[in-house]
Amino acid sequence: MVELERHDYDVVVVGAGGAGLRAAIEAHEAGARTAVVCKSLLGKAHTVMAEGGIAAAMGNLYPEDNWRVHFRDTMRGGKMLNSWRMAQLHAQEAPERVSELEDWGALFDRTADGLISQRDFGGHRYARLAHVGDRTGLELIRTLQQRTVALGVDVYMECTVTRLLTDDEGAISGAFGYWRESGRFVLWQAPSVVLATGGIGKTYKVTSNSWEYTGDGHSLALQAGASLVNMEFVQFHPTGMVWPPSVRGILVTESVRGDGGILTNSAGNRFMFDYIPDFFRKETAETEDEADRWYTDKKNNRRPPELLPRDEVARAINSEVKAGRGSPHGGVFLDIASRRPAEYVRKRLPSMYHQFKELADVDITAEPMEVGPTCHYVMGGVEVDPDTAASRVPGLFAAGEVAGGMHGSNRLGGNSLSDLLVFGRRAGLAAREHAARAGARVRVPEDAVADAARAALAPFDREGGENPYAVQHDLQETMHDLVGIIRTRTEMEQALERIAELKKRVADLSVEGHRQYNPGWHLALDLPHMLLVSECIARSALEREESRGGHTRDDFPAADPEWAKVNVLCALGPDGVGIAREPLPQMPPELAEIFEEIS
Amino acid sequence: MTYDATFRVWRGDASGGDLQTYTVPVNEGEVVLDVIHRLQATQAGDLAVRWNCKAGKCGSCSAEVNGRPRLMCLTRMSTFAEDETVTVTPMRTFPVIRDLVTDVSFNYAKAAQVPAFVPRPRDEDGNHRMQQVDVERSQEFRKCIECFLCQDTCHVVRDHEENKQVFAGPRFLIRLAELDMHPLDAQDRRAAAQEEFGLGYCNITKCCTEVCPEGIHLTDNGIIPLKERVVDRRYDPLTWLGSKIGRRPGR
Amino acid sequence: MTTTAPRGAGTAAPGRGTGDSGRAAIAARTLRTDRWWVQPLITAVALVAFVVYATFRAFQNAYYFAEPYISPFYSPCLSTRCEGDTFPELFTGPTWISPAIYILVFPLGIRLTCYYYRKAYYRSFWLSPPACAVAEPHRGYSGETRFPLVFQNVHRYFLYAALVINVVLFYDAVLAFRDETGAWGHMGLGTLVLLVNAVLLFLYSLSCHSCRHIVGGRLNHFSRHPVRYRFWTFVSRLNARHMQYAWVSMFSVALADLYVFLLAADVIVDVRFF
Repeated sequence: MVELERHDYDVVVVGAGGAGLRAAIEAHEAGARTAVVCKSLLGKAHTVMAEGGIAAAMGNLYPEDNWRVHFRDTMRGGKMLNSWRMAQLHAQEAPERVSELEDWGALFDRTADGLISQRDFGGHRYARLAHVGDRTGLELIRTLQQRTVALGVDVYMECTVTRLLTDDEGAISGAFGYWRESGRFVLWQAPSVVLATGGIGKTYKVTSNSWEYTGDGHSLALQAGASLVNMEFVQFHPTGMVWPPSVRGILVTESVRGDGGILTNSAGNRFMFDYIPDFFRKETAETEDEADRWYTDKKNNRRPPELLPRDEVARAINSEVKAGRGSPHGGVFLDIASRRPAEYVRKRLPSMYHQFKELADVDITAEPMEVGPTCHYVMGGVEVDPDTAASRVPGLFAAGEVAGGMHGSNRLGGNSLSDLLVFGRRAGLAAREHAARAGARVRVPEDAVADAARAALAPFDREGGENPYAVQHDLQETMHDLVGIIRTRTEMEQALERIAELKKRVADLSVEGHRQYNPGWHLALDLPHMLLVSECIARSALEREESRGGHTRDDFPAADPEWAKVNVLCALGPDGVGIAREPLPQMPPELAEIFEEIS
Repeated sequence: MTYDATFRVWRGDASGGDLQTYTVPVNEGEVVLDVIHRLQATQAGDLAVRWNCKAGKCGSCSAEVNGRPRLMCLTRMSTFAEDETVTVTPMRTFPVIRDLVTDVSFNYAKAAQVPAFVPRPRDEDGNHRMQQVDVERSQEFRKCIECFLCQDTCHVVRDHEENKQVFAGPRFLIRLAELDMHPLDAQDRRAAAQEEFGLGYCNITKCCTEVCPEGIHLTDNGIIPLKERVVDRRYDPLTWLGSKIGRRPGR
Repeated sequence: MTTTAPRGAGTAAPGRGTGDSGRAAIAARTLRTDRWWVQPLITAVALVAFVVYATFRAFQNAYYFAEPYISPFYSPCLSTRCEGDTFPELFTGPTWISPAIYILVFPLGIRLTCYYYRKAYYRSFWLSPPACAVAEPHRGYSGETRFPLVFQNVHRYFLYAALVINVVLFYDAVLAFRDETGAWGHMGLGTLVLLVNAVLLFLYSLSCHSCRHIVGGRLNHFSRHPVRYRFWTFVSRLNARHMQYAWVSMFSVALADLYVFLLAADVIVDVRFF
């Protein structure tokens, strides 16, 4: 038998970002013995990077805002490919999820009436994002963290889950992992596992995501028998830092544009006016004057084109740079300095001010920023039941970025934090109910445990193999160059060939040192996950022969109404990753009406 | 713009270790963490370092650079001369796990002891109403990214291991200040601050403020006001008398 | 190991006691490469110089009054033995006691218990710590938890007393608008010196952390007390410069005294504006 720690729980949550902690709180409060397992220290999850705010139709500034408008905005932003039920639940429940954060100690910025203040963001018809300056994610994670600690939920920090374990009937029976600190193995036996592992950004070269975003949750789910939906939709945030090289990709919040910042090219033109798609023409300003008036008078003016959904803006920036109208370091200019007083910028965007000052030595109140697209978010993810966040595998739930469907082909800013809260809570609740039904009959097959341990130690057994950092670097280049913002068949086929080669290299690599806090080993164990999700992205992207949201095909540049009815699914079969098409669920008429009511 | 820098990095674990010297290329615009990562990728694959966001938002990559507690991601290489040796060591106040990674569980243990937030009930329409001026002081402390550099630099525990039992450190003193100033919180935390969290150990030498990467004024806005609030309750004979005859000072 | 969860069997956590703290083995007291000792050294020299001068002057019991100016070290002058026509002369003490001694405790007290000076002398004299991330030389440390340092908490009472003295010094400056004969309408360099000193001392007292607390800092709902909130905002702005006021007012007190000293000793002659 393998030497390991064993723990018994009802619900094990993998990941301690917003979704994971919200799920754990809900499961614990519903009476489940709950554990959270996370790769970093508690409170460091990628949620802290979220800046702009939490989208919720609370109507604090615009009483005409309500869940129906939010639902409509979300569906339109996702080019109607969203799971309508998820979008509906999300829009309906987000306001209460925000309010309860206040009961747990969160301190949002206030309106003059003392209510939670809300800010404008791309794709949202009304000012809707509850925020704290531009560090809303930190507020969210800290609030949930403090709540988790106050409730006494067990948290296993700096622990990596390498495998999900299933019983003979294919239902979840636990998770296997190791302490990063000591390299010792841990087994959590539990009938319910909630995946809340975030995204896949680390498979790309230029990304706003941290090292944790290796797609391990997507991969664990696939390997346990779940399916992934619409993995081709990867969001490139239009504004990441481009200089200095070492911080390339780090996010510049959309609030800069929401608060008055504009995008210009090297000729000084406000180029977004040239990229307004017909789909959004009716609600977008035509002249700079109208756009500028909008900030103070939203009723009588239309939105500036800088606040179009992220996919539109990212593509526009990409085109400008390709056309040779970029900034010195290969981006475009984002200018708030010439448009707002320095004091206003420091007050509204304190962490952006700080970030540019510290990292790039640029004073954003005095000069424009240089920005360019950066891999930010994956809309695709584990296919789940909208109401319970349950995957195909009994006992396996997924919430947050790792779950798919909610955002369709493109996510609106601010909808991710609300997504974490709404579906984190639902996943926690459903996981606890599943555990109650499953009772105490969890059985973990010992041979599966032994196999997981063997696989984890394999990189130490090989000698003279390649260094894992080199393989990671090549994978990131491949995805960036061949499955990036603009895609074509030939390039994606090439990417798949390279991924196949990289798989062979991963099977041969070796690591030096021992099991105690060994980053080389950790990376060696992350790489198979990264390769598997990269393959899913490439295969799904190859399958979808149209351009929509976060998926742009040079060889199929238009949206195709037939593809608007189809989800692309990925599953792992005996021969590797398999692709299938599935019709989108039909939206009920009472929701379909909304799109005619609100124009 | 590339040059070769000399780095001395502490390598080892709880059983021992020493400073090892490396020569490593540095490019324009890089920070110390980039150089550490280059060492990891090219010369020392098992060099342990904790990091996440690399943008000064998560507070993971805390260490000491040339003896000063810093976030490695916010320490630009341009602040050093090209011929200057850069020494990187783990945070001294905490037990070392390996290389630059320390065991910061002291902080999580203290966090768990902080009495939880207790809100007053919501208004009738289900909202909490708070004015911006009332939330701003606590918001400053909620900027904390928990890098624990203030805990590391604070001589109360840095130089006196035994004080870890009785002193929670600056991070948790401002957490108490945050809750005590929170417009919704219904608990009085002054007695606990003094008795359980060791507020009296702080001799306000302000190293925590100097080191804070978020620019939080821990001492002036958090710890000293908290000390004054404790004085109200414990060392002010008038309010003490008031509390004895049943009238609590208005807040 | 870092966890809030119960530890499983077989995981060896290193000891946490003194001497076996599991910290990285680094022998150097500090690895700082800058001249960290400069700041505490300057502070120590400046404070020692002031204390030496102030002690000498306080015990000198002479040359503290030069019509119409009185040295701030000797005001308010409580004894009838004071030189010249001074305020308030409440009682008669033995001649060998300098009138400065009666009041010295108040300015000394506010500065000794001041949150800024505490930082300054804990660092520069007690070396606790000498500079950030530089190990202090002491074996044990109990901070301000015990006698005598627990008495630092009385700072606000010294503030109250200091404010009274500030008013008197201001009154002294007003009286300095009279000439030697007691007729109003005079102003000399001495008047200006006393006036500036009184203002700086006021700024020092008002910018104090206790003052900030008392005027509004203790409130949790500023919005319900708009006037006190404005006071608090004002004091908070001053408070950000408390350290500067502490130093400047300390020098101004010494300079004001020195000016009166030199006048009284007939070393210099007052410059008369009108």
